[in-house]
Amino acid sequence: MNNKVNFTIDDKECTSTSDKYIVEAARENGVYIPTLCNYDGVKPAGSCRVCTVKVNKRYLTACTTPIAEGMEIEVNTTDLQDFRNAVVELLFTEGNHFCPACEKSGNCELQALAYKFQIMAPRFPFQFNERYIDASNPKIYHDHNRCILCKRCIRVVKDDKGKSVFAFENRARQIRINFDSKLGEVLTDELAEKAMEVCPVGSILVKGKGFKDPIGTRKFDHTPIDKIVIPEKQNI
Amino acid sequence: MSRPIIATTSLAGCFGCHMSFLDIDERILDLIELVEFNKSPIDDIKTFTKDCDIGLIEGGCCNTENIHILKEFRKKCKILISFGECAIMGGLPALRNDISVKECLAEAYLDGISTVNKEEILPNDEELPMILNKVYPCHEVVKMDYHLPGCPPRADLIWDVLHALILGTDVELPYEVVKYD
Amino acid sequence: MTKDFVHQTIKKFNSDSYRLLDMLLDIQQEYGYISKDNISVLAGELNQSEADIGQTITFYHFLRSKPQGKYSIYLNNSIVSKMMGMDKIARQFEKESGIKFGEVTKDGQISLHYTSCIGMSDQEPAAIINEKIFTNLTTFRVKEIVLAMRQGKPVESMYCTNFGGGKNSSPLVESVVRNNIRRSGPLLQLNYVPGQVLQNKVSLMSPDEVISEIKDSHLRGRGGAGFPTGLKWQFCRRAKGARKFIFCNADEGEPGTFKDRVLLTEKPEMVFEGMTVAAYAVGAKEGILYLRYEYKYLETYLKQVLQDLHGKNLLGENISGISGFDFDIRIQYGAGAYICGEESSLIESAEGKRGEPRPRPPFPVEKGYLGYPTIVNNVETLCSTVTILQNGANWYRELGTDESTGTKVLSISGDCLYPGIYELEWGFSINDILEMSGAESTQAVQVGGPSGALVPPSQFNRILCYSDLATGGSLIIFNQTRDLLRDVVMNFTEFFVEESCGSCVPCRNIPALLKKKLEKIQAGDGVREDLKEIEEWSNIMQINRCGLGHTAANPVITSLKNFRKLYEALIQKDVNFDSGIDLSAAVAESCEFVDRIPQL
Repeated sequence: MNNKVNFTIDDKECTSTSDKYIVEAARENGVYIPTLCNYDGVKPAGSCRVCTVKVNKRYLTACTTPIAEGMEIEVNTTDLQDFRNAVVELLFTEGNHFCPACEKSGNCELQALAYKFQIMAPRFPFQFNERYIDASNPKIYHDHNRCILCKRCIRVVKDDKGKSVFAFENRARQIRINFDSKLGEVLTDELAEKAMEVCPVGSILVKGKGFKDPIGTRKFDHTPIDKIVIPEKQNI
Repeated sequence: MSRPIIATTSLAGCFGCHMSFLDIDERILDLIELVEFNKSPIDDIKTFTKDCDIGLIEGGCCNTENIHILKEFRKKCKILISFGECAIMGGLPALRNDISVKECLAEAYLDGISTVNKEEILPNDEELPMILNKVYPCHEVVKMDYHLPGCPPRADLIWDVLHALILGTDVELPYEVVKYD
Repeated sequence: MTKDFVHQTIKKFNSDSYRLLDMLLDIQQEYGYISKDNISVLAGELNQSEADIGQTITFYHFLRSKPQGKYSIYLNNSIVSKMMGMDKIARQFEKESGIKFGEVTKDGQISLHYTSCIGMSDQEPAAIINEKIFTNLTTFRVKEIVLAMRQGKPVESMYCTNFGGGKNSSPLVESVVRNNIRRSGPLLQLNYVPGQVLQNKVSLMSPDEVISEIKDSHLRGRGGAGFPTGLKWQFCRRAKGARKFIFCNADEGEPGTFKDRVLLTEKPEMVFEGMTVAAYAVGAKEGILYLRYEYKYLETYLKQVLQDLHGKNLLGENISGISGFDFDIRIQYGAGAYICGEESSLIESAEGKRGEPRPRPPFPVEKGYLGYPTIVNNVETLCSTVTILQNGANWYRELGTDESTGTKVLSISGDCLYPGIYELEWGFSINDILEMSGAESTQAVQVGGPSGALVPPSQFNRILCYSDLATGGSLIIFNQTRDLLRDVVMNFTEFFVEESCGSCVPCRNIPALLKKKLEKIQAGDGVREDLKEIEEWSNIMQINRCGLGHTAANPVITSLKNFRKLYEALIQKDVNFDSGIDLSAAVAESCEFVDRIPQL
């Protein structure tokens, strides 16, 4: 029952099928909508708000909203671009992001969005919140300074019985990611790698693997994130 | 208009941003034609001798001397630019920002494993600048007009922006010049 | 021994992880807290990780993983409590107990905690001590109470007044809470007979007829959002689902509101009858009263009411002789989280999870509790449906205004002679309210609680209705002696900082940034640019997911809009930039450590 749907993005006529979220439907039509907490194949959370678009005059997250017939979607308007920048800037000032010293620099999706938006400095004051580093696990290095609380690790990293290895702890500004110590002890190499892969920033690293790719050859060193999500030739 | 005057300084920084500035290579010859330098390690002028048009600040503020110099730059320069991560967000010196300054000083002068200080002498000479509780980004001390990120900012970024400022033209920055590492 | 109770508890809830919140509350009731060992047992039995159990526990204010006092005192720190002298009470508690808030006495007897509004704004300062409510606290009472605790007396013995009026005095409640009903209308008047609507009206109507009657009444949700109730019911009726659920949202957490507490105390049968009517209309068999933990003192009483309704065939099977109409209601407690008043958070919470709002679509009427079509209606909304069916939609539409029909139960508190409950037809002005409640020299009224607006005297002629000033019913009055920015706006902003679920980036960060701006302005370091940034940053809040996120900047922006002069008076006139950095404070610590006198 996946019906064909017609919609517009910034006045451009588009088509897709009704089983898609807006962000996927846009991609099919060559339109990049920035995302951060979203991860392909996993139930969307809509928590970072970077993918906010305007549909029929309402702000909605493109990662959680199914596409529907007749939608008039605004993506690249000035106010929406400013909101997206604001979210990225908030994350840079909320955590302690020392890019020059981070193993993930160049492979980091938060940084990639800031590069794409060419953010020169955040408008918000740096908060320098007290965060900590947990290096007690034999495989995983968990640096809360860099965590952006996107929930990807919570949603993706499950053991063979389906239990969550990561979970939230606390709420509001005290919220943080808790790494289950018991499941952490028996974490397989495969799951550890998975955790590092899903983390968009350098918060979850597999020990000894942080510099696997030399700087200069990393994902976003030469190519903006939108061109990776939608390679040039596919762009209409 | 007469040649714009540029001043530069490094506060709590490593001079890496200044090194990157020199990395504009032969374009420095063009720059010399376009501008005049005043207070700057590049020409070794130690004190302002006149009002300037552009001030480039490397490094954040970790002590009272940094604050003093930054405020002096703000007074003397029409346009003030943070260049480099340290000026913009404190940079690596700001790694201490979630640790109390007492703990930092104790580690450096008393408890550190490589510390040899039997008399437990602490740096308290009146001549020394006083240490701030944290490293402050420049724009959290004075108004900064522009920010050039990077550790260091790419030479091309510094050149593109200065060139545009001096000539009063618009600038479209290539993807690869705006980096934070 | 320990483990036996936990195992029994898990068994009691059929090892259903969706009932985790109930299990946690029961375990805490037994041991005073939820220990690591018990978390481990829960995790094992429910096939979850310990971190997973922990993420539910740490979300809720009243759940705790460390031992607390045998007497745990939760003092309300909402604005009205503060206005009525909370600070003095807090200092007295600290003095008498010898500990600070957030601490436990060494002997493990007493612990002190602050908590957000507990729904007693008409009788503040108030506190919850081991689930019992203490109102109108004075420093004298604090001394008495702490002394009694030192003597190990039961909490019930610490009351020193008669029980409150109405059902508060019932043997099943025995609470000193007062109703303070100052004005009653169709919902609160005494002539309601439980079951009449079900027996005499609903039994003669088809579900569609019930829905169209509610639609004809133009009733809109009374929780604050104002969604048309009939439409919600219709959507749920049309939605396909093997099961359907009716939730009554009794999680009123908006500071300054307490009307649902009074409705639940005086008209619980009406609330449950409303749920039953809704169940009939949409075809649901299961109902859940989601009750805020602050109102746990009503538990025995409400359970008895439910049992009595069973006895009268107003719940259970073939209700009121309507063949095949089965419906039952259970009580689900929250555990201290304002956000759970938002319908999808409430559902998440009832499923034993963190109360984080869900993305929409899907809407709860399509996919709600356990993924089934679900109605979430406010206590007052459900009561209203009963009066509508009793008297007809035409009668109801005569009340109120054209687009805001019926009556609204208001919770009025703050600087007035007669704080309490007022049931009024929609269409009254703020001036009417001030006159009615005996308020004088009023500086401002907070309409709709912190998420609403701070309204100035120039707008006191505005009308409360959905098309002008909509409200869930919380009205807090401030007289001229109040410092609106320092006390009111700051308190509300702190409330939102604490109560964000922490999911959306703007909501997690911006209220705290606004609080810093307010502090800077209060300190005299503010500049014009700060006001501009307050407006620009607040604007970003509209991309948050839920209503809390959308409105969390309202205290700051509505006060800036309506009381701009207060801000202007505090900011520096001739300075364009001031970062607010305090140099002498910035060097104090290092100078002290190296033994040096700061010279700036």
